[in-house]
Amino acid sequence: MTLMLDKPARSADRAAERAPYWTTRRRDELAGWLFVAPQLAGIIAFVIVPLGLVVWYSLHEWNVLAGTFDFVGLGNFDQLTSDPKLGPALRATAVFSAGLVALNLTLALFLAVLLNQKLRGTVVFRTLFFSPVVVTLVAWTIVWGFLLQDNGGINGFLDSIGVDGPNWLRGNTTAMISVIVVQLFKGVGLNMVLFLAALQGVPADLYEAAKIDGASAWARFRRVTVPLISPTILLTSILTVVGSLQVFAQIAVLTQGGPGTSTTVLVYYLYQQAFQFHHFGYGATISLLLFVIVLALTILQWRMRRRWVFHED
Amino acid sequence: MKLRTLTAAGMAAALLALAGCGGGSDDASSGPVDLRMTIWSANAKHTALFDQIAAAYKKDHPDVGKITFESIPFDSYTTALTTQIGGGNVPDLAWILESTAPDFVSSGALAPIDKDPDLLPSTTATWEQGGQLYAYPFSTSPLGVFVNTDLVAAAGRKTPAQEIASGNWTWDEAVATGAAVQARTGKGGIVVGDFDYKGWDALNSIWSAWGARPWSEDGKTCGFDQPAMVDAMTYIHKMVFTDKAMPGPGVTKDFFAGDSSMVITQISRAALLDKAKFKWDLVPLPKGPAGPYAVVGQAGIGVLKRGKHVDAAKAFLAYFTNQENSAKLAQFFPPARKSQLNTATLAKANPLLKPAQLQSVVIDGVERGDIKTSHTGYAELQQTVRAALDPLWKPDADVKAVLSGVCSKINPLLSK
Repeated sequence: MTLMLDKPARSADRAAERAPYWTTRRRDELAGWLFVAPQLAGIIAFVIVPLGLVVWYSLHEWNVLAGTFDFVGLGNFDQLTSDPKLGPALRATAVFSAGLVALNLTLALFLAVLLNQKLRGTVVFRTLFFSPVVVTLVAWTIVWGFLLQDNGGINGFLDSIGVDGPNWLRGNTTAMISVIVVQLFKGVGLNMVLFLAALQGVPADLYEAAKIDGASAWARFRRVTVPLISPTILLTSILTVVGSLQVFAQIAVLTQGGPGTSTTVLVYYLYQQAFQFHHFGYGATISLLLFVIVLALTILQWRMRRRWVFHED
Repeated sequence: MKLRTLTAAGMAAALLALAGCGGGSDDASSGPVDLRMTIWSANAKHTALFDQIAAAYKKDHPDVGKITFESIPFDSYTTALTTQIGGGNVPDLAWILESTAPDFVSSGALAPIDKDPDLLPSTTATWEQGGQLYAYPFSTSPLGVFVNTDLVAAAGRKTPAQEIASGNWTWDEAVATGAAVQARTGKGGIVVGDFDYKGWDALNSIWSAWGARPWSEDGKTCGFDQPAMVDAMTYIHKMVFTDKAMPGPGVTKDFFAGDSSMVITQISRAALLDKAKFKWDLVPLPKGPAGPYAVVGQAGIGVLKRGKHVDAAKAFLAYFTNQENSAKLAQFFPPARKSQLNTATLAKANPLLKPAQLQSVVIDGVERGDIKTSHTGYAELQQTVRAALDPLWKPDADVKAVLSGVCSKINPLLSK
């Protein structure tokens, strides 16, 4: 009886010993893991671990100078719900994002349509509009800071045509408009190029067919162009929304959150709390709030794509 | 077996990490120690002098390896320094601004250092706690008024030196001169250095003339709504928007490029006038309703308690600021030493300035001046006041209401 049971077990062991470990399936699996390993390591080191640390820090009060790191549980989250400065910061962020996204996408699409024509000089204009994208952000903002001064270049130009320009960076409304415009011209070139690429992928025969059917230029744009480039519109809108929520350098250089707190957007407020006021735990909590907002808006846009993006069901 | 090995390795790593984090002691067996000091100056002449002092120190101290001076831009200096500390990259020594001194001293971030009896007591007060000194006040720099005498003459006004001679150097005269220069030459009047309608604390060079303070001596009570501050700020508001003696918000006038008649700043800026194409003078701050006064900016050098080589850093600091080196540093940073606060020492270090200027601005200023404003949690206070003061910088502002608003915003911070 014992022998009967032992025989198949032994032969199975021998078979396992004989079978090569590195089967094609295992090799493919290993190759796959090796291909994704660098990316995976990067994501773990620069996304997952920092995110975990931020959550950990948000549960603590960290006094950098004293070197203390005390667990406060949900204390920082309680503070978040009763912080009187958070509301204005969220409002400023919403105004900035809404203004920038609307202006950026409209202008980028307008420029792309304009520069998609087969006319002389379009290459020069494409380069001109794209060039701010490759300029260093801080240098770009400093130059704009000089232009926007009360006695700066923009008011000098307005003065030359008989218009008395406002003190751009000193008025609550004009300061916000200024930072939006500075960011708009910095980033519009990138979206313009993406739209241009999408426009060049629209089949010309569709336009011809629409023309033969008597569609006006506006109707061709609305019924042919927009649906066919809608995947690019989705991509640019997600990128621009996320980018607009993360604006920092322009605020730090141009307005430092002022006048008053009119341009204190969420990232700048986070920077103030964590790095200027040394409330690192609370700063981490604000950054989690920002993460949730970005995530929610991205998911919302992604879910809404089915309603308006062509090729999506 | 595997588990035991892992546990042992983990323990060893934890102990090593703890030993590394502990700081505060020198490991003599590990060879020469490297020292690092954070500074906010990127001036090549400053760093050349520091390197020269460090090289001389290393000659007699083989236990010290490299001594590096790491320059961090002034605007983000304290933020960068505290971030370094938070990240465990703690420098051995650091320059510290007077406004943030209470944060560094009261938090216990600095190691106590020996107090040299030659230091003027008024210059060490900011850096002391419980009878211990926590930073060496290496630069005690009174604010003075640099004057473009060519522009003043072009505006048909007496120079401040002439006003001083006739005992008439007052804020009213200074404003009248600034306004005249602006009106007749189109150049700027009086510029307050580092103000730019954001760094409001730079205005203490003016409001001190009214005896005003942003908060009480103990830091608990707001001073913005007090009569002296209301009078001073009303005067400043009028100076900007009615007299037009000071460039308005959003207008930049660089004195050192010859664009304004006067600038209130520290004497170390005299180096920028080395190749000036206009005649200039340096005079003390004008008299105000509260009489003559002086305001002093100060920087200290502290040894970070969590640095890796505290004892070596203390020893280097003592050498860096001793009699001999303090005299060398005096060309850029006015010393806090009684024995060196004389025209002979200062004139040797500051060839651009006349002995009379050094006496009236530097020596008299250090001896009778108030150190600039400071408070624990200064950065938050600074930003809160900046935001609450912004409505003041409009022609039709209600000064008293704005200042009351400032107090309502900062009272919760002062009472912490």
